[in-house]
Amino acid sequence: MESNDLLRWNAGDGGQIEIEADGPWTVTNAVALDSLVDAAAQAAGTGPMIVDMHGVTAIDTFGACLIERLVTPAKARGQKVVFKGVLDQHRSLLDAVARVSDHTPLPPKKRSPLAAIEGLGRSLIDLGNDLSALLVMLGAIAMAMARVIRRPRSFRLTAAVNQFDRVGLRSVPIILLITFLIGAIIAQQGIFNFRKFGAQTYAIDLVGILVLRELGVLIVSIMVAGRSGSSYTAELGSMKMREEIDAIRTMGLDPIEILMLPRVLALVLALPMLTFIGSMSALVGGGLVSWLYGGMSVATYITRLRDAISVTHFEVGMWKAPFMALVIGIVACTEGLRVQGNTESLGFHTTESVVKSIFLVIVLDGFFAMFFASIGM
Amino acid sequence: MSDEAPAIRLTDLVVGFGNNTVIDHLSLDVRRGEILGLVGASGGGKSVLLRTILGLLRKRSGTINILGANPDEVSSAAMRAVERHWGVLFQQGALFSSLTVRQNVEFPMREYLQLPPRLQSSVAITKLGMVGLSAVDAEKLPEELSGGMIKRAALARALALDPDIVFLDEPTSGLDPIAASDFDRLIKTLQKALGLTVFMVTHDLDSLATVCDRVAALADGKIVALGPMSAMLASEHPWVQAYFRGQRARNNSIV
Repeated sequence: MESNDLLRWNAGDGGQIEIEADGPWTVTNAVALDSLVDAAAQAAGTGPMIVDMHGVTAIDTFGACLIERLVTPAKARGQKVVFKGVLDQHRSLLDAVARVSDHTPLPPKKRSPLAAIEGLGRSLIDLGNDLSALLVMLGAIAMAMARVIRRPRSFRLTAAVNQFDRVGLRSVPIILLITFLIGAIIAQQGIFNFRKFGAQTYAIDLVGILVLRELGVLIVSIMVAGRSGSSYTAELGSMKMREEIDAIRTMGLDPIEILMLPRVLALVLALPMLTFIGSMSALVGGGLVSWLYGGMSVATYITRLRDAISVTHFEVGMWKAPFMALVIGIVACTEGLRVQGNTESLGFHTTESVVKSIFLVIVLDGFFAMFFASIGM
Repeated sequence: MSDEAPAIRLTDLVVGFGNNTVIDHLSLDVRRGEILGLVGASGGGKSVLLRTILGLLRKRSGTINILGANPDEVSSAAMRAVERHWGVLFQQGALFSSLTVRQNVEFPMREYLQLPPRLQSSVAITKLGMVGLSAVDAEKLPEELSGGMIKRAALARALALDPDIVFLDEPTSGLDPIAASDFDRLIKTLQKALGLTVFMVTHDLDSLATVCDRVAALADGKIVALGPMSAMLASEHPWVQAYFRGQRARNNSIV
């Protein structure tokens, strides 16, 4: 359809304009009409505006909005606007649109020239808030723990056992697999590189110390943060969204005691167990590679391992595990409670939970390294 | 398609889950330009019927014909073209929580139409104005709205593409009586202005009495009574009698 079939105008003397609308004023012609309407509104003078609509065969809200846009500037300037030949079946829609169209546009949002600095300030304050929120959650969980110790009957044993099953026992296969591979890779790299100067048996020292002291607990913590921390945040977050946590509060119960404490405790128990299993699996992986790739017998591997590592290395690794679990659990619960009413926020806080807990686990591991070095372990 | 053809025609529709038959050989015509109210007991299959018509549930047998198209026979592209001509108001609004109210209304327009952005947002604001929401409300997120405003915003989204049919699932549930009667009036006004066919599932006796042209009563998986309010009151079916002549109906002085 040629565009000038839809809208013609004729500017007369004295600023008067006669506008003739024709054909279907519907969404299918909306793009063509959009520019025509703007051109016609431009052409309008200062005199009365006459809109002849007898040729309009159909009109929908899109067409009605465009008619409204055509006449609004003239009306705003106080010019007379006359509609001619409006069909009865179109009138109610035009009236309905005209009634609501006299809205004033919103003032545009002002953008401060110091927005970048403001953003920096806000993120610093957020960082402070994050830290205080974590401390608040730690305190709340400690208080709940103290209450539970005084009244052991109020402890949700079933929930804790169920959570232990989910985050502990069910993670065993994946932890076994990942740490086995990590142990095997360290052994392979050690043997490959140490062989150049004939020190390939030191690869066993490398595997033993690295796995027991650092990598076992770190890999397991990162796996648990990704697997269980994220699910804690998502669960608690959707309970927050659906007002379930508010429901628990209004019943006079403590969501920290009912929801958070069993989860965090389950994690604190599960992580040392997983670390132990993971470290053993990594040693097996390292042993397998030393035998198949390095050509060392199993007996050599075990003897060498016994010389290289002491109980201290094992203790250092195991001591760290419950603290890592506490960090993961507290971050997950804090982020879960920060979820707001929409789905985007749920996804955002689940991501935040995983990123923050992995970050904090690694930072904490650094502090532990300094601590154990200074006490000579 | 002549104007006489019904907007929706259901013939011998059967829907069930497992051994449980919820809709049992149901037939119903919804005329063009009418407001039809569907009533039925809780758990009686009203929502199942609605969801089956919308194609969200599978039927066992029977035919559905909407705006002259049978979903079993026409291609999926043709069915999408039909879907463009209906709008649905879900019970909880189902607004997209990450979009503002205006973006929610613009969403179907953006998907189906290539419009200049300025026209698109002015139509969205107009639709929101028609349902009684201001330009300030338009920039809010759904979580910032009250229950009544969510229903209004969802209605504006259902109307975004100028549909021929709107399906309303319990439009007044969760609203206070004043908001509910406002909403009833709004539906009636919009139906007149836009020439809509309205298929409305409701429990609200006031809505049934004030806005519906015809009422269909669903019991035992069938339509047991169909017609204006007077026909409901005259019906001999025990459930329909209990519904329309019960205490609440009397309190509402409908009888």
